[in-house]
Amino acid sequence: MSDPTQARSAQHAGAAAGEFEPRITAFVCNWCTYTGADLAGTSRLNMASNVRIIRLPCTGRIDPLFIIKSFERGADGVIVSGCHPADCHYTSGNYHARRRFAVFHDLMEFIGVDPRRMTFSWVSASEGAKWRDVVDEAVTNVRELGPFDAYRALAPEDESDAAEASAAAVAAAKSVAATGSVAAAKSVTAEAEAS
Amino acid sequence: MNELRELARKLLTDGEVRVIIGWESARRGARPMFVTEPDGADGLIFDARCVHNLVTYLNPRRDHVAELGKIGLVIKGCDAKAVAGLLREAQLTRDDVVLIGVRCGGVLEENELPEAVALTRENVAPRCYGCDNREPTLVDHLLGEPQPEPPQPAVTIEERVAALDAQPLQERWAFWTGQFSKCVRCYACRQVCPLCVCERCVAERTQPQWIESSPHARGNLSWNITRALHLAGRCVDCGECERFCPVGIPLTLVNRKLQQIVAERYDYKVGEDPEIHAPIGDYRLDDEQEFIK
Repeated sequence: MSDPTQARSAQHAGAAAGEFEPRITAFVCNWCTYTGADLAGTSRLNMASNVRIIRLPCTGRIDPLFIIKSFERGADGVIVSGCHPADCHYTSGNYHARRRFAVFHDLMEFIGVDPRRMTFSWVSASEGAKWRDVVDEAVTNVRELGPFDAYRALAPEDESDAAEASAAAVAAAKSVAATGSVAAAKSVTAEAEAS
Repeated sequence: MNELRELARKLLTDGEVRVIIGWESARRGARPMFVTEPDGADGLIFDARCVHNLVTYLNPRRDHVAELGKIGLVIKGCDAKAVAGLLREAQLTRDDVVLIGVRCGGVLEENELPEAVALTRENVAPRCYGCDNREPTLVDHLLGEPQPEPPQPAVTIEERVAALDAQPLQERWAFWTGQFSKCVRCYACRQVCPLCVCERCVAERTQPQWIESSPHARGNLSWNITRALHLAGRCVDCGECERFCPVGIPLTLVNRKLQQIVAERYDYKVGEDPEIHAPIGDYRLDDEQEFIK
């Protein structure tokens, strides 16, 4: 198992067996990490598929609220990645981001969020292999930590989801009513109201 | 105290300022006072009950206060740091305000008293312990006698922060989510803060809505983290947010933790020099990045 490729295949095989699959949001800068991730793809590197990438102009554009919002919406972990120091397309965006995320990282740890859920990295456009390693390590860490239900569970239920579900049920009831099956419509409506 | 009253009377009589904002004694302790007539100056006081950070009246969100005319403001050392914060961020012009500094040896935790009492370990506001600014320097007039150091409270804020730091992650999470779940989102912490200067707060943006507005624990956590982060390296530790919080969330602990973070990482301490840049919004090429892969 010393061969990293084999280790990764084993990990993916485990995933297929119905284990917990982490959901990870990655906020990456357009100029370095996004291109690096693209390189990882075009190079056909074998890597975990748990990461959803959100491309932004620069790490300096990433507000800590993006990370908070990710956790609220069901992410189990996040990755923030951009250009190495001195490589920023906008000269200093990554330096500002570095300070902001250092403070955010320490504050979240004080609040009680495991810092292993938040991965920060510099990945350049030529570092496709490093991106693969960052992703695999983040996925392994979050897999060990388990789902971040503690965050989502802070609110009794997702209000928007509940509203959507109930709207869908009412719409279903209406369409049934339109076809003339009144009894069926009533039962669906009652169900929707009960929920 | 006579010094203060005479000065206020003189400033108003000479027309140097149109209003003096200071403190007066009332049935439930000291409270802010706006003096516009020279005779009103006799109501001004300063003692250990004067906990309020009056710099919040200079906040650009309160342009109705600026409409009163040129302001003379009575400030303690911690308040002077807030003035420096507004100057640093170009939210205030130094010439628009006359600053009357008072030497302060600490304030009371519980200030709703008819008379001031001597400070002791039990009644001192814990944040005053270790104060390095008993004498404001960023002032036009400095009043009062030099003051001794505030007494050490039974439990200091540093000790409370350290106790939390020593707990495992899960317990800190349980503590803070428990505290924040009490939040009713009245935003008093923001309203009273002299340095929350945004005309439109991110908490009130609805498209997109970054911070869930319902007062459930998840939205509350988002709000409280955001409030704290926006004050990182800016908070002057005047303690007004915690004092105003109707549900008693220990915001001072979060604020103090952030001060420790910027002190450790960037060797930064909030002070009275408006020329020194705050750590967030500034950077060094060799900043520590041990948390970055």
